[in-house]
Amino acid sequence: MKLESSDMKEFKADMHIHTCLSPCADLEMSPRNIIKQAKRKGLDIIGICDHNSAENFPAMEKSANKEGIKAIGGIEITSREEVHIMGLFGNESDLFFMQEAVYSNLHGVNDEERFGLQVVVNENDEVLGFNNKLLIGATEMSVEEVVDLIHKFNGIAIASHIDRGGFSIITNLGFIPEGLKLDALEITEPTYRDKINKGKEFVFITSSDAHLIDDIGKRHSCFLMKESTFEEIRKCICKENGREVII
Amino acid sequence: MSIRDIVKTLGLKVISGEELLESEVTGGYAGDLLSDALANSKKGNIWITLQIHQNIIAVASSKELSGIIIVNGRKPTEETIKIAREEKIPLMISNLLTYEVTGRLYEIGIK
Repeated sequence: MKLESSDMKEFKADMHIHTCLSPCADLEMSPRNIIKQAKRKGLDIIGICDHNSAENFPAMEKSANKEGIKAIGGIEITSREEVHIMGLFGNESDLFFMQEAVYSNLHGVNDEERFGLQVVVNENDEVLGFNNKLLIGATEMSVEEVVDLIHKFNGIAIASHIDRGGFSIITNLGFIPEGLKLDALEITEPTYRDKINKGKEFVFITSSDAHLIDDIGKRHSCFLMKESTFEEIRKCICKENGREVII
Repeated sequence: MSIRDIVKTLGLKVISGEELLESEVTGGYAGDLLSDALANSKKGNIWITLQIHQNIIAVASSKELSGIIIVNGRKPTEETIKIAREEKIPLMISNLLTYEVTGRLYEIGIK
């Protein structure tokens, strides 16, 4: 295999950031505030992954573009086992097809007083409306169905914060199910990878799972690849031609 | 007490392991986090859970549990049923919720 290391660069990426659309995220998590902090932290790429929705991605992307940051659209989907799986997508069409599939498997109405507001905004931080779905709830899809759907819409499937106590595939399902086609695993502590990798070759990322401005970029991954595009990120996760994720 | 006694008393629907219903139940474990089931269930326990994912069979098998009662009328996936048959794990369904299934088991002497 020919290495293409000569034209490769390291891109600093935080692929797991919530916005004010997630009921549990701070209301300060608006596009302008997020981008300002991402820039301050020197991030080249950010992943926008709200709970079971992607409605703030268009605003986030416009805001990011103005500052030369690459925003990747995603959804942090809750499976029926209450496992969080992130789907990252290369374009809005795939992202919103995924959102439709999630919505049709998600029931209930948000209780703003108890769970928090779900604010849909534009790139100028102006409120466009409030999402009234129970975004904090679980869908009716199994982890396998979630991962298959993400792939159907050409996305990258990453199990969220697997080394944490809540909503983690390891905590809830004991171990990673045989044959589940995850593309990568998100961990909080880089050393955790040695625990999981016995006899298997998983790809790991670290990211902040920021719900507060100050947490953006608290953890990040470095993508060694050619340019900051979704397709390069995919190749990086597949370790194509010398590309790699450094945590 | 045997699984058959429990099936009869609680009116459970048996999905797999019909041939193993004479096995002795030594106690119970209730919970939905498989990591906790791996850590805290004991050999011979009957496991009460709402999880229907196939990983429950691997946990039951590895911990040598006597069987699994799925609550709230949830239906295990086809894959779960297939593996339960292969691994010979009695899999049962109750229409009751965890609290009531556990309480009734305790009442009939599964402690």
